[in-house]
Amino acid sequence: MNAAVMNVTGEPVREKGEVLLSVENVSLRFGGVKAITDVSFDIRKGEVRAIIGPNGAGKTSMLNCINGFYQPQEGQITFKGERRQKMKPHRAAAAGIARTFQNVALFKGMSTLDNIMTGRTLKMKRSFFWQALRHGPAMAEEIEHRRVVEDIIDFLQIEHIRKLPVGKLPYGLQKRVELGRALAMEPELLLLDEPMAGMNLEEKEDMCRFILDVNQQFGTTIALIEHDMGVVMDLSDRVVVLEYGRKIADGTPAEVKADQAVIDAYLGVAH
Amino acid sequence: MFYREAGQFKSTYQADMAVFPIKQDRIGLAIILGIAFIGIPLVGGDFFISSVMIPFLVFSLAAIGLNILTGYTGLISLGTAAFMGVGAYACYKLTTFFPDVNIIVLILVSGLFSAAIGVLFGLPSLRIKGFYLAVATLAAQFFLQWAFVRVPWLFNYNASGAIEVPQRTLFDISLTGASATPETRYFVCLVLVVVLTWFASNLVHGKIGRSWMAVRDMDIAAELMGIKLLNAKLLAFAVSSFYAGVAGAMMIFLWYGGGEANDVFTIRLSFNILFMVIIGGLGSLIGSFLGAAFIASLPTIMKFGLPALGVPLSGATAEHVTFMLVGALIILFLIVEPHGLARLWQIGKQKLRTWPFPY
Amino acid sequence: MSDATLRPIAGINFNSFRVRAALILAAVLLLGIIGIRFDSSGTLHKIFVDPFDQMVSAPDLLVQTIWEGLVSGVLYALIALGFVLIFKASGVFNFAQGIMVVFAALTLVGLYEKGVPAFLAVILTLGVMFVLAVAIERVVLRPLVNQPDIILFMATFGITYFLIGLGETVFGGNPKQMITDQLHLPRGAIELKLFGGFVSLQKIDIAAAIIASLMIAVLAVFFQYTRIGRALRAVADSHKAALSVGISLNQIWVIVWFTAGIVALITGIMWGARSDVSFALEIVALKALPVLILGGFTSIPGAIIGGLIIGIGEKLGEFYWGPLIGGGIESWLAYFIALGFLLFRPQGLFGDKIIERI
Repeated sequence: MNAAVMNVTGEPVREKGEVLLSVENVSLRFGGVKAITDVSFDIRKGEVRAIIGPNGAGKTSMLNCINGFYQPQEGQITFKGERRQKMKPHRAAAAGIARTFQNVALFKGMSTLDNIMTGRTLKMKRSFFWQALRHGPAMAEEIEHRRVVEDIIDFLQIEHIRKLPVGKLPYGLQKRVELGRALAMEPELLLLDEPMAGMNLEEKEDMCRFILDVNQQFGTTIALIEHDMGVVMDLSDRVVVLEYGRKIADGTPAEVKADQAVIDAYLGVAH
Repeated sequence: MFYREAGQFKSTYQADMAVFPIKQDRIGLAIILGIAFIGIPLVGGDFFISSVMIPFLVFSLAAIGLNILTGYTGLISLGTAAFMGVGAYACYKLTTFFPDVNIIVLILVSGLFSAAIGVLFGLPSLRIKGFYLAVATLAAQFFLQWAFVRVPWLFNYNASGAIEVPQRTLFDISLTGASATPETRYFVCLVLVVVLTWFASNLVHGKIGRSWMAVRDMDIAAELMGIKLLNAKLLAFAVSSFYAGVAGAMMIFLWYGGGEANDVFTIRLSFNILFMVIIGGLGSLIGSFLGAAFIASLPTIMKFGLPALGVPLSGATAEHVTFMLVGALIILFLIVEPHGLARLWQIGKQKLRTWPFPY
Repeated sequence: MSDATLRPIAGINFNSFRVRAALILAAVLLLGIIGIRFDSSGTLHKIFVDPFDQMVSAPDLLVQTIWEGLVSGVLYALIALGFVLIFKASGVFNFAQGIMVVFAALTLVGLYEKGVPAFLAVILTLGVMFVLAVAIERVVLRPLVNQPDIILFMATFGITYFLIGLGETVFGGNPKQMITDQLHLPRGAIELKLFGGFVSLQKIDIAAAIIASLMIAVLAVFFQYTRIGRALRAVADSHKAALSVGISLNQIWVIVWFTAGIVALITGIMWGARSDVSFALEIVALKALPVLILGGFTSIPGAIIGGLIIGIGEKLGEFYWGPLIGGGIESWLAYFIALGFLLFRPQGLFGDKIIERI
């Protein structure tokens, strides 16, 4: 892939790197139900890629395929040049894919701090025996990662809830903690499943800010699912549109907005 | 008034991450340890030490083991007693194979055997969840219980099926066997329990504990964070069974004596330990101690408390009434505080912080 | 990459756990057959050949064993049935079901011993079970509504202990005889001539099988065609949705626990007729648990078929393979049979396949 992407409509396009992840002809079925049919698209390094579509279009299933929670029956997914058809979620995590969930999937019994610390699990190497002693190298490691986590807490402005159990936090904050937990993994590709669902305007604006900051400051590639078209148009570099498990459009926000198939999918067609 | 954290500033992450970050808690812990190590041996009589304190310590350790599995990792087990039994029988076999090795070392090593068996029976946990797993652990309970009776090799082909606790010494003080004093046995138990509790506390406060709790709270998300479910669950089974195994070895070698080994590790004991964990508080080490104290002392309180209150009861009836009361208390307790004694303890501390001016 | 090369062969997914397990099983069988050829000490022969030899050479014994298994399977199924009823309607894993069986039987016998005529005692026992259901709903379920499953599960442990204590305090701890004759239950055995041998069927066992089938049929009709049955099924699907259409959860719970109590009484009578009535039955009652994991917690047909599989499986295992490893394997074989099934179908024989959603 060429780094310089030409745009047909002549809009300025942010320069993005090579392909980080590509999805080729992926199909996913549950018994007889086809969730995804023959979908292909790619995500380039450093971009914000939005996946949109009506309810039940297969957006979340697509994310589940990407980070290995579902195994597609057909097609391949290539991440960082490594092609695979099957991958366990924990290996996807090790390869550098993190995500948040549509319905917040935090560890409800643990504090904010502990939740974000779990994001560092893969990076903590000390053995069981040092862990049992919790002194020396194990403690040093714990402190080193605590420092990183505190930076994330600082970045997301959630210092005040550091030690509270997340189960009791309001929804907006939970979403933020979940983003923090994903960031703690220092992912190369961050999948966000409706990061702004159920938020009020102010919370949405905050969340948008965080997403853009993550993208620009850390250079993290982001794929997000979102229903708020305003947000999608503002945030994303390119948009892929799914309907009934098929891809119906792919391009810049402006292109997608003008696409007849997309308009039909969202507004319905006169028969 | 006295229990305040005002003025205690933490300037390092290490201080903030301490298990007891508040100074008064640390003083309290020191006082408790002081009483346990010095006060009780000085004041307590032989009966008190050998039939109250030693059982309490043994049950606490077993409860910590089960709490790691059920409270921290969210896997219900009904086979704790069987894993305790593995520890006891492994320790017995080890004493016959290695008569010269110190008994404390053997007690700890027998925990490893229990851990191995625990991992074996933990393997189905990857595919089986919730109550299904609880029932699957019954397989361990009944199979191992059967083995303790039917595999004569385990009790050295002794005709009565009993195992003998040999006399073992350290620095010429006998630790086990008939000539060991209750005080010595109590000290051995206490040291083992304190050290192992410290290890458990370190584990649950670090990366491993966080992975366990992540698996408990949301296994799918944990997997997507890079935690390998099977490894985390099997580690929990291993550590949990290790604690149970050590507790079982202590039970036979430092408390019961071997005569009754083949009928103490029953499903009833498994249930009792599960009660301790639930009543004490799931996912709390302090709770394991509180639960063990509560459940272990209940029958004794009933036995001596009711006649003292003027309720005359014969032996058998007293036992039946005790059963009823234990059942009723469990239900009452779950209704009043489903999060267990540990939560009450925390609420109490919170109240104490603002006492005497709560507003 | 290797996955991609393996896949296309004959359309079989070699990565599927089930296919892999089947392959392993086939390999083990093959090795076993080869092993028998070169088996000098005869151990493998004893495990893989002898028992089947015995089965073929003495078919009457085989039939007798299967019959025994069938009968205990019916009893397991009945206890499991009580579990399933309660689990479906209230989501409670009722550990006390086994004890309710013993408690009901003990109450019946105890009342008779105190001079109450047999059939009146049955009616009174039903009354006791109803009071118990109301009490459990008021005292245990209602205050604990919305608590996590494990708390409710533990509460049923509390009920278990309470019932054991209550039963022994009121009726004494000694084992009792079931009042079989007074209830006009048949006694004695039928001898069948079969395969040149005799198979003896206890009449009480035949009666048990018939009564159990009748009861299951009645329950099925009750669930399918009555207003309360419909409400029960609604509650089983979703508590919230049921509440929103005006079904009283409290009332349903009482009904369900009472139904489970009736099932418990019938089970208790049948069981008591085969052995003594005492709380030692508790351990046997736990056997209903592997039946449950086999059949699935929510399926009544599952409970029945699971019960029969476990009953027959453990009797065959004990009779033909038990002596090889010292006997008494009945105490754990059921759990291993269930575990074996579970590894292939984690949702039980009749449960739906769980698709996890996030």
